Amino acid sequence: MTIKQVKNLRRFSQVLFFAIFFWLILKTNFSVNFNPSNPNEIILPLPVSIALQFDPLTALGTLLANASLYKGLLWSLVILIPTIFLGRFFCGWVCPLGSLNNLISEIPSERIRRKGRQKIDSNRYKKYQRIKYYIFFFFIAGSLIGTLQIGLLDPLPLLARSVGTVVLPAVHTAALGIVGWVKSLGIPPLGRAAQIAYDFIAPLVLNFRLVHFHAILTIAFVFIAILIMNRIYTRFWCRGICPLGAMLGIFSRFAIFGLKKDEKACNQCNECLLHCQGADNPDIGSTWRQAECHLCLNCQAICPKGALKFKFFPDQEITKSNPAPVQKIDISRRKAMASVVGGVLLYPLFRSGDAFGVNADSRLIRPPGASAENDFLARCIRCGQCMRVCPNNALHPTFLESGFEGIWSPILIAKIGYCEPTCTLCGQVCPTGALLPLTMKQKVGDESTPPNRIGTAFIDRGRCLPWAMARSCIVCEEWCPTSPKTIYLKDETVINREGVTVTVKQPYVDPALCTGCGACEFACPIADRSAIYVTSVGESRSTKNQLLLQRKETRKV
Amino acid sequence: MDRREFIKKTGQAIALAAITGGTGLAFNERRVSHYESLIPKISDFTIPLDNSLPGIALAKNSNHTAALNSALDAIGGIKRFVQKGERVTIKPNIGWDRSPAQAANTNPDLVAEMVRLCLDAGAGQVIVTDISCNDPRRCFLRSGIRDSAEKAGAKVILPSDDEFVKTDIKGKELEVWPVLKPFIETDRLINMPIVKQHSMSTCTIGMKNFFGVVGGERYRLHQNIDQSIVDLAAFCKPTLVVIDATHVLMRDGPTGGSLDDVLTADSVICTTDQVAGDSRGAEFLGFKGADVSHIVLAEKSGLGKIDYRSIGYKEIS
Repeated sequence: MTIKQVKNLRRFSQVLFFAIFFWLILKTNFSVNFNPSNPNEIILPLPVSIALQFDPLTALGTLLANASLYKGLLWSLVILIPTIFLGRFFCGWVCPLGSLNNLISEIPSERIRRKGRQKIDSNRYKKYQRIKYYIFFFFIAGSLIGTLQIGLLDPLPLLARSVGTVVLPAVHTAALGIVGWVKSLGIPPLGRAAQIAYDFIAPLVLNFRLVHFHAILTIAFVFIAILIMNRIYTRFWCRGICPLGAMLGIFSRFAIFGLKKDEKACNQCNECLLHCQGADNPDIGSTWRQAECHLCLNCQAICPKGALKFKFFPDQEITKSNPAPVQKIDISRRKAMASVVGGVLLYPLFRSGDAFGVNADSRLIRPPGASAENDFLARCIRCGQCMRVCPNNALHPTFLESGFEGIWSPILIAKIGYCEPTCTLCGQVCPTGALLPLTMKQKVGDESTPPNRIGTAFIDRGRCLPWAMARSCIVCEEWCPTSPKTIYLKDETVINREGVTVTVKQPYVDPALCTGCGACEFACPIADRSAIYVTSVGESRSTKNQLLLQRKETRKV
Repeated sequence: MDRREFIKKTGQAIALAAITGGTGLAFNERRVSHYESLIPKISDFTIPLDNSLPGIALAKNSNHTAALNSALDAIGGIKRFVQKGERVTIKPNIGWDRSPAQAANTNPDLVAEMVRLCLDAGAGQVIVTDISCNDPRRCFLRSGIRDSAEKAGAKVILPSDDEFVKTDIKGKELEVWPVLKPFIETDRLINMPIVKQHSMSTCTIGMKNFFGVVGGERYRLHQNIDQSIVDLAAFCKPTLVVIDATHVLMRDGPTGGSLDDVLTADSVICTTDQVAGDSRGAEFLGFKGADVSHIVLAEKSGLGKIDYRSIGYKEIS
């Protein structure tokens, strides 16, 4: 095969898998059906988070943190087991973030055109490529102790999060801005054309309405930094940082597929190095590194002398110019141990602070179906799928609301959107069981089942119109979705500024009935800070974070 | 420096200075208005009175579409309200993410039947829309109205931001509000509310249903709810009001959520008089029209008659 054919074949595979990944993220929205077995329930017909369940690092991390493998994560073996035999084919042919890095690395630049020698040098194996193994050990050790941080740098959740909460909303904002600007030019046919183009594109890629996410600047920063680094070192992320690449590198230790170098045929042209993706030393005279190779096959295809061949059971000759034919992973045992110790120390470091439990943010409202915080932090990979699927834009990445430990995990911000009582989509998309899939009955509750509670509403009497300002308003009560309503009203005669006695209905909250959905906070007419607000107390997932001596948990339907 | 170069350099500098100064002057004190031009008061959708027919009819039948048909026929039949080629907007209550049995939204079978009747009468297009409180995708889907109305041949519109026009309501309380286009750009407007209890306006039936034609910060309307309701009813002036009292939400309105709150009344009211319709509808909740302050205010404002018998009342069962 010529280099062109190899590249085209690989590009086809990369585009295909990227398209599937991207399409699944796009479909993580309100593309829903009624549940055939319960016509009241709305479900997603597509398993939109399936791509994340193919991620071996997510599987390993959650397995270590929970001692169990959540439903679809067994799919990750489809990637992992072939890797054991073949090597890191995933990185070169499948990984959507790898493909993106590949694309950005290959955009021609002066660096490549003018400085061929520099490029050859930069494509030789470098010490910095060890960093990814230390990152891997660090996070895996953390998982083993019970704090799952791999999601921060695991490429699939990272890309899902970045696309879902940063890229797509930003594209939407830009599209609206452009259409608005074109319309403002005052040339009607142009404005109409812009609207038609928007109406055509919007249903394909944009959300039903513009969404706004909390704390996305930090997510954007990491993502953009990863992309920019490709312009300095080819696939810097894949070579040096990616903990999934490291894991796959480690699992390829006993690979039976590899590079066979024919020393005699080589004419030292260095074409192989010029095209190498993984910086794994395909050239004669240095040691080929299986664990670094993305199996892109560029070297074999470009070699003018046919000196490089990938084959099963490559029998390597040890010669002077090929000193040690295949070397396994190059890491210092001491530093690996230090990484493990560091990862283990994460847990006491996080938990000795006050953000977990003792002084948890009162506004840390987790999505419905979230397990207890300890278990939740051992499962959430911050993929952002729950945030993307939420029809009300209620779920957001945290910044420091749950401490450094929970950065980018989901939080409900009721002022932006409340939790729709009958909606169970976030639990349906969660790939790791951090949010359990609730049935509608478990979410809303009935005679035998308590509802899922995420918090309790409180009234700020200093801001409430009927309480503080002798004005009528019952909007929180109107919106309250429980039956009987959590919010009840009492007539009160108050005297307004003019000295006139008026009767207003003052709202009260019955904490025994409140599920913390936040519809009241969302609908309150006091725009900047609602006069009724929800805090996490009373949430079903916690036994400690409660306020009532006891409460009747069920209700009539 | 030779002369040519001197002229060139000086010329370039002058040009740049002119552009800089010109830009400054051009944008000096220029304020960009974000308000689109206001749409004047919309046309009146009402039809002329016909004293030979009853002004209001109530039909009771456990077959709900039959109830609708007999009530409508009693006040003149669909042909009286919809002419060939006309564009009809139907405004059901699709406010909440609730299933039909919970009686927070209009009965989807009635909406579908109304769509069919309009199309049979020769309507060019029938639009079904509402500005929901909860997420409209969920409300339209779970209320069953999206599917039933589409099946019957209507165009179902989910409100989106660019579908609004700033409109002068010209009310006593309400001035300029964003109104959803299909409620303005149409020939006939049919109001299809459901009867529900409401803790502030006592009941939410026909006139209160028009809260759903305006977007924006409509939660503020509750601070003067009676006048807001009357302003919107006077602004909308529907052709026909079809009140769904097949299921009545007796408590915990307007959201409900429990079947305990629902009374089955199997009734449909058709009328051209908004006030009379609401007055009769309120009786399902145990009130007289005269007990409900916004209905009283509506009569005072000349929108109709609380005493619905005075305009000719027919009951069919």
